[in-house]
Amino acid sequence: MQFRHKIAGGDFSKAGNAASSVKKVLNQLNVDHSIAKRIVIALYEGEVNVVAHAYSGVVDVQIDEKQIKIIITDKGPGIADIEQAMKEGFSTASQQVREMGFGAGMGLANMQKNSDFMNISSVPGEGTVVELINNVRPYEG
Amino acid sequence: MKIADIIETLDLKLISGAGGLQNEITGCYVSDLLSDVIGNAREGELWITLQTHQNIIAVASLKDLAAIILVRGLTAEEGTIEKSNLENIPVLTTTLDTFSVAGILYQLIKKK
Repeated sequence: MQFRHKIAGGDFSKAGNAASSVKKVLNQLNVDHSIAKRIVIALYEGEVNVVAHAYSGVVDVQIDEKQIKIIITDKGPGIADIEQAMKEGFSTASQQVREMGFGAGMGLANMQKNSDFMNISSVPGEGTVVELINNVRPYEG
Repeated sequence: MKIADIIETLDLKLISGAGGLQNEITGCYVSDLLSDVIGNAREGELWITLQTHQNIIAVASLKDLAAIILVRGLTAEEGTIEKSNLENIPVLTTTLDTFSVAGILYQLIKKK
């Protein structure tokens, strides 16, 4: 199963809509509650990042019996130093975004914590791609 | 303990989300940083905050929180009320400040 969601940069009134609709789909598919919850939280943080920093973005969701894969692609300023961005507490969010209680520099860390695999690639001045993968069944190594 | 049980004790006013009044309360989390709530609040907790915009409903819904209490008589924004009714997440307001409402809730929850 595969679907796509658009994200408008700067529009906080719609932030969370993609995460909310993915949550509904996962519930309909009877995906285990705790597994669904983690990926949806990671997606929500990613969605907020697009709204807070980028001009526009898309979320591509692929679900099969083994894993949930989410790719968030945005057109935006990109991330010059990903390692620095990953540090808890680091944020380049605007004052307005911070006043809403976002921009505490916890988003990427929350995304990492709530995904089994996360990869960020970015071209400064063009945009960022975040890939998130969560296993649907507990990993049996 | 349900949301409906604490309304009188805490002199809370229900703003929206009446559909969730029977939600069971398992604890409480106090924060105005949304990512902090996303990272650290647990399912079934009451969330005390001074943020009033509609993104608080998205956070509460994703984390399966019991309800949101706004402090110091703050009221919710229009979009927050709409989403709260849609998601059945009660938004309540109290004239108390964060310290006081958290203190009273602490006593109530620890007694259980």
